Amino acid sequence: MLITCPYCGPRDVSEYSYQGDANRRRPDPASTDQAAWNAYVYDRVNTAGDHKEYWQHSAGCRVHLAVTRNTLTHKISSVAIARDVVVAERKEAAQ
Amino acid sequence: MVEMLSPLAPVWRPGPHGDLSAGIGVVMSETQPGSIVQLAAWPGETAGMLAAIDGHTGLSLPDIPGGGVSTETKAAFGFAPGKFLVVDEAEGLAESLSEAIPASLGTVTDLSHGRTALRLAGPKAEWVLAKFFAVDFSLPVFPVGKAVSTGHHDIFALIQRTAPDAFDLYIYRSYARAFWTALGHACEEVGYEVR
Repeated sequence: MLITCPYCGPRDVSEYSYQGDANRRRPDPASTDQAAWNAYVYDRVNTAGDHKEYWQHSAGCRVHLAVTRNTLTHKISSVAIARDVVVAERKEAAQ
Repeated sequence: MVEMLSPLAPVWRPGPHGDLSAGIGVVMSETQPGSIVQLAAWPGETAGMLAAIDGHTGLSLPDIPGGGVSTETKAAFGFAPGKFLVVDEAEGLAESLSEAIPASLGTVTDLSHGRTALRLAGPKAEWVLAKFFAVDFSLPVFPVGKAVSTGHHDIFALIQRTAPDAFDLYIYRSYARAFWTALGHACEEVGYEVR
């Protein structure tokens, strides 16, 4: 499996570390909503198909990436720098 | 001035080695720069950092991934978004860069004693590196000046092409001796000289 890092170009998956499911959103740290925290910690969508996830290019530029990977075929359909994605999402949410 | 000690000293064997039937394919050496400095720009400050590097060292880096420049005495390149390695034969670069780069622009980290700089040169240098790293080292996609960050198993390496047939590698100092030994083994089949 190859992941094309936006900075480094195509690299073998052995250069990357999986950093988890990118579908979940952490509740407000000040929140005491038990159900929301339980869902954040334990619930997973367990997709068969395109799945959003975080990867870190740990043996390269060390940047965190937002990757869409097909869990059935390992086809990577999109890769972006995670920071850019999150910043854009927050900007959108603030509007 | 303090005398520089090499981590390679116990395994340093100058001279030709390996299969020399086709001549010397690779020359391996340690460049021992006086300064190796890492610069990291805050988000959105990359252009300012590039300008600061240019203003301080005279090295004008292209603002592209892995973009770099190398001269006889200095080198600089990007190895991650907003992060740069600047190398100088002379000591004291970290101090002078710390003065030149304001805290609002980014950070300056002196790695002079934390990295070992190796040079692989010769007609087979590209071929030997291709055995070690899953990276395309061919000249059209890896031109002179360009750099990559990659790893050989768990040993992290920054690699800059300094000439069509020469590469500089920056390796964590504590891994340098093991890496150097492995590199020597990889060079045996093309014949190599340590100098």
